[in-house]
Amino acid sequence: MLARPKLLAAALLAPLMLLLAGAFLLPVAVTLATAVTDREVTSSLPRTAALLRAWDGKELPPEPAFAAMAEELAAALEERRIGEVSQRLNFERTGMRALLLRTARAGPRLSAPYAASLPALDPAWADPATWKLIRRAAGPVTSLYLLRALDFTRTPDGEVQAVAPDQAVFRTLFLRTLWVSLQVTLACVLLGWPVAAAIAALRPPWSSAALFMVLLPFWSSVLVRSTAWFALLQREGPVNQALVFLGLLDAPIQLVGTRAAVLLATAHVLLPVAILPMAGVMMRLDPRHAQAAASLGAGPWLRFRRILLPLSLPGVLAGAAMTFLLAVGFYITPALVGGERDQLVAWFIAQFLNRDVNWGMAAALSVYLLLMAGAVAALLRLFTGRGLASAP
Amino acid sequence: MKGPHPLLLVAAALVLAFLLAPMLAVVVLSFAPTEVLHLPPRGLSLRWYRDFLTNDRWVLATRNSLVVGTAVMVLATLLGSMAALGLHLGRFRGRGVILALLTLPMVTPFIVTAASMFFAFSLVGLASTLPGLVLGHVVVAVPFVVISVLASLSTFDDGLLRAAASLGAPPWMAWQRVLLPRIWPGIAAGAVFAFATSLDEFVITLFLAGPGQFTLPRQMYANVREYMTPTILAASSLLFLASFLFLLATEALRKR
Repeated sequence: MLARPKLLAAALLAPLMLLLAGAFLLPVAVTLATAVTDREVTSSLPRTAALLRAWDGKELPPEPAFAAMAEELAAALEERRIGEVSQRLNFERTGMRALLLRTARAGPRLSAPYAASLPALDPAWADPATWKLIRRAAGPVTSLYLLRALDFTRTPDGEVQAVAPDQAVFRTLFLRTLWVSLQVTLACVLLGWPVAAAIAALRPPWSSAALFMVLLPFWSSVLVRSTAWFALLQREGPVNQALVFLGLLDAPIQLVGTRAAVLLATAHVLLPVAILPMAGVMMRLDPRHAQAAASLGAGPWLRFRRILLPLSLPGVLAGAAMTFLLAVGFYITPALVGGERDQLVAWFIAQFLNRDVNWGMAAALSVYLLLMAGAVAALLRLFTGRGLASAP
Repeated sequence: MKGPHPLLLVAAALVLAFLLAPMLAVVVLSFAPTEVLHLPPRGLSLRWYRDFLTNDRWVLATRNSLVVGTAVMVLATLLGSMAALGLHLGRFRGRGVILALLTLPMVTPFIVTAASMFFAFSLVGLASTLPGLVLGHVVVAVPFVVISVLASLSTFDDGLLRAAASLGAPPWMAWQRVLLPRIWPGIAAGAVFAFATSLDEFVITLFLAGPGQFTLPRQMYANVREYMTPTILAASSLLFLASFLFLLATEALRKR
């Protein structure tokens, strides 16, 4: 085995590398690609797409494009695959689904010249903007989803502009996600620091006992802990009962579905994630620094401010980065205890996948979420010189 | 210098109480005799535990969770331990890159991992299947195994393997008699990590599990969404107990 260790090492690593490449890296790559590809028009209306690509884009396309559109729409309806393309175009301009469906149904009754019969059926076909929209959607690449995920759209002539105010949701969503994550991270670091410092300062067995009390919630399921908050925050639940009993409330109030509930439960769930890296760094600190300061007459406050706090900073940064990273992508806890206005990016990704079946938007939001996570990891490396994997 | 500042201890104790209180409250409430929850409870009953153990949906979810968790544990432990050994033996360039790659699923937002698997697995017909679900869980569980086994390998003296070889032991015998007895606690801890990760995993399950494949977390989520019964508190308490046992097991293994 010592003769060819490299070959052996490669053979041992290969199965897992293959699995991760196939079940993780490739899927993520597919997601990134989905965010920038447009395939619905080309796959459903291939001849029309080809003809439109050859069109000069001025006024209206030539008669063959009208004819291909009428035939291919009718065929797509016949073969029950018109939903994809109509949803794709309707996403960019409301009303396109109705236009395509009406044209597809009328298809067999339409006659040449189609450049006259299509506009007679619906005047939208006489509008160059309709055709430009379809041509642009013929791909193969698109910036539609990435732009829309930041509340931008394109005019028929291809210029980038902001979407109508009533449709602008995503910038607010990203800001809310960042804001909630920031508040949660701050709360976790502030609450977690004394625990980490105590774990580092206590002697065994007390230090192990305190660490155990942090590891226990860290180990128990996020869903279990979120469910616990859901049960405790019920209108007839213990938290309301306690608040009324203490005279802080006159009557029970709605707690589930509020921003406060999201912040409380998320901070609680992520607290161990912040504590563990901080405790890891503080346990490795040399106690003689503080002893030396004490022997020179520094009081507890001065020792805290000048010795412990600066030396614990790498741990604080690592804990904060890990907490923030998990918070920006958090799904379960806000979904369980938050209202519709408290949902973060992850919830919208799930909605686009499950309810709207709009993979392009789900992928575009994932791209930005990955960028945020990557930025946090890069910042941590910049400030502490270490990666996230080595942090805990 | 005397011990830590009393103020620090008080603050730490308060935060630890906040950290553990919700779970302890749930454990207490799970013994409630009524549907409306009171703290302190008015009487004790095992009603919700009985419901958990006899209700078909909960029993099925438990069985699914155990099946998936066991499959994930076996696969992740095998692949993860092999990879850790490979990383340890091969002192090649790019080792850091490979380690970063192996631990990438830990720092990628779970929702992105889940959504990506859902995309890609639907393309090849793996979505909504048991193998697809197991594969998804293995991806997020395997980094824990790699890290755990690497940690125990880092304290292993490679000279022992050379000594075994110089005494004429073929590689497989040296591994089985010398290496394995020294690193098995790391492997076992990794296996516990993998099982626990799979048992608790929810986001990937939400996307990859088929219509009938309810695992415990998914069944709990469905229960909360539809109509919350205190059975969920019994389920939570049992999962909490499981985490407690897992933690004790890994701590015991770590001390070996």
